[in-house]
Order: sequence, then structure tokens, then C-alpha cells
Amino acid sequence: MKYYSTALFVILSFFCELTAQNDKMVLVKGGIYQPLYGAADQSVEVDPFLMDVYPVTNADYLNFVAQYPQWKKSNVKTLFADKSYLANWTDDGSYPGLANAPVTNISWFAAKKYCECQGKRLPTMDEWEFAAMANEKLQDARTLETYNQYILNWYETPKTFRNPIGETFKNYWGIYDLHGLVWEWTLDFNSVLISGESRKDSDKDSNLFCGSASIGASDLMNYAAFMRYAFRGSMKARYSSQNLGFRCAKNVDN
Amino acid sequence: MKNITYLMVFIFLTVMSSCKNSSENNTGNTETAQEKKRSESLPEMSIYHLPSHWTNQNGETVELKDLQGKVVVMVMIYTTCKAACPRLVADMRNIEKQIPEDKKENVLYVFVSIDPETDTPEKLKVFAKENQMDNEKWLFLRGTENDTREFAAVLAVNYKEISPMDFSHSNIISVFDQQGEMVHQQEGLGVDNVETVEAIIKMADKG
Repeated sequence: MKYYSTALFVILSFFCELTAQNDKMVLVKGGIYQPLYGAADQSVEVDPFLMDVYPVTNADYLNFVAQYPQWKKSNVKTLFADKSYLANWTDDGSYPGLANAPVTNISWFAAKKYCECQGKRLPTMDEWEFAAMANEKLQDARTLETYNQYILNWYETPKTFRNPIGETFKNYWGIYDLHGLVWEWTLDFNSVLISGESRKDSDKDSNLFCGSASIGASDLMNYAAFMRYAFRGSMKARYSSQNLGFRCAKNVDN
Repeated sequence: MKNITYLMVFIFLTVMSSCKNSSENNTGNTETAQEKKRSESLPEMSIYHLPSHWTNQNGETVELKDLQGKVVVMVMIYTTCKAACPRLVADMRNIEKQIPEDKKENVLYVFVSIDPETDTPEKLKVFAKENQMDNEKWLFLRGTENDTREFAAVLAVNYKEISPMDFSHSNIISVFDQQGEMVHQQEGLGVDNVETVEAIIKMADKG
């Protein structure tokens, strides 16, 4: 029986190899870090994980919808994606712009499903933030002015989602484009407890959130990260946006 | 040998279905053509398109689409919560009280755990008993972490574990019609529930 399972696994893996063109992953060793919005004791331990080197591209995604037609623009259920899903695609089979530009206007459900179909998953917010605090040389470059300035300059640059992948810097872990191209979905984006509607939560209204007193910005200086969290907090799983793409992650096999 | 083949096919289908949509997934061994047709006739926004499997307070397996046909009032909680959840439970009870007798049986009240690790069916049973909610009107569900996250995403409920025993979460009570389409949400604790009750009664009339 074991033999059959192994054979099956190999066949399935092969199947995945064929369907995923841009599937290069690297190891992020993990460690302890202090997120902007943290757990009760503020520090969070991130286990080692694998992360895609590049965001998922238009070409990758076209390939995916060809294989899983229920995710085509014309077929997708509104429960899983609103009208802005693949908004720029002229029809089910063609997209504007570059084949190797990141795919955007993807809902969380679609991104999650794409990764599952590659035998992967979306990275958690902590994994994403952990990987993204690196610059070219350092695991954690968040205290460097140059690092923050780079990100803020990017936020001010319009339409970077049209650029090809792999042209920003290669970070400490060997990952490209975490900053400088598009924002990215995370698995637990809906764990951000700021709604983006300040009238609702400016005072951490305990009516709205159980245990809300323990959630607060640990590093308000980190404006760039604050923007990301606020954006995540404003998103719903069926929403999509033209500057929001995704990449996949994976557990490290023991 | 034949058994092994069946098992392999089963494993294969299970693996494949994990990346497919329930509505498109007609490969599962239990889903008949009729059920498939039913799921296709559901409105696009129906939560019954979610392919999730849950366990209730009696240890029985429940699929979301089993709830079809009733007006469903849902809230996400965890049983070890000391602050908001008792008030959410009170809010649910308060809503139930206001539903006229002749409509009561058309409505189902569902609590979904955001802490599936702690909230075993046994814990949910104890919780149900403690709150005098241990009958068929009240359903307590626990799913996988993945299904729970996906379900919360549909309800627009945000939550985060802030310590092993404590979660932050938004307090939202959602009302679904017989087809699983969301018709109303109330946000906050102890808020005026007139609109929620109205929405439920209106929907229960159609049933």
C-alpha cells in the first residue's frame, strides 16, 4: 500500500510540475520577530517555511484558469470574487500587459485556491512580514532608514503592478518583489482587527472586539507596515484590487 | 488488490477535491447527480457553495449545505472567551425569544468556533448545556482551521489568537435565508436587534 501511495504522490507531483511554471521556492529559516500588531507578549515565533521567489504572474494564472475553469472570469461565483476579479482581462483567455507581470485583481478565495492547486498555501501574515523585513543583506532591516524609504517611495510610484517580476531587489532569503511591485494576499489577512473605518475602532471599541485592549501598534514609526496592515484590514475575501497580487508558501517537510 | 485500487481512487479524489470547488466537485463518493444539480441552482452568493465539513456538539458530521431550507442565524465565538462571547450568546438568546412561536421551527441558530483546537465536540456540548441550548434549535460547530478561516472570510469576521486562551474577534451576528444568502448582519454587542429580528421573521415567512 505504501508503494502505491508513494507512486501516487510522485504522479501528482509530476502533474503539479507540469502545470506550474513559476514555482521556484526558497527556504526562509524563520525565527522570532516583533510584528506591528502582535500577540499578547508581542514577539512571534515563525517556523521555517518555503516561499515562492516571485509573485504569481499573468501567465501562471491564465494556465490555472485553463485548468480549473470554475475560476475563469465568466464562471467565478460572486461568493468567491466580486466584479473587480480579473477586471482588466478582456475575456477569459487574455490579459493586458506582460505575461511575466504579477497577476492582480485576484480575490483571496482565488489566490488561496491557486496555491492549494499547486500543493502549496498562502503565506500567513507573520510569515510574509517576517520574510519582507529583509533587505539585500539583513534579515531584519526595518530600523534602516533606507529600507523604509525604499518602501515609501514605492508606495508613491504609480502603476508598478505593470512591471515584470524579478526586477526589484533580491532579499536576504533570495526572494524578489516583496516590496516594489504589488501588495500581496496573506492567508490570515482577516486577523487584522482594524476595520479601516476609524469611527468604528479609533478607541479600540471593546464592543466590537473581544480582547481588543491587547492589540495595538507596537511600532508606530513603522509607517510602511502600518499601511499594509490597514489595507489588509480594509479588504474582504471576495474583493480584489489592481495593486494586489499574491505568492504561495509551503511548510517545510520534515 | 481491488480494494487497494478503490482506496487509491479514493485517495486520489480526496487529494484532487481539496483544490476544487464543492459545486464543481461531483467526484466525491456521496455526492449524487441530484445534489449536484441542487447546488448548481443555489444563488451565487450562497454560503452553501463552501465545501466545508464540520462536527457538531453531538460529535456528528455536518456539511454546511445540510442547513439549507432553514433561516440560519450565525455567530462566531470560542467557549473559553470571558468578555464578549457570553454577551453574544445572550444576544442570540434574546433574538430567539422574539421570534413568534409559529415561526420558531423555521429558524436555526448556529455558533461556529474560532478556536477549533480547544473547542472539541465535548466542550461544545458542555457549553450548550451550560447555556440551556442543548436542543435541535441550537447548533454548535467546529471545523478545521482552514475551513474556519474561510468561513470567517465569508462572514467578514476577523479574528486573531492573542494568547493560547484568548482571541480577538469581531462581534457579528449574520442572518442567512433558506438558500444560504446573507440577508442581514448586526455588528457589536448588546446592540438594538430590532432589524435582525425583523429580517429573521421576514425570511421565516417565506419558508
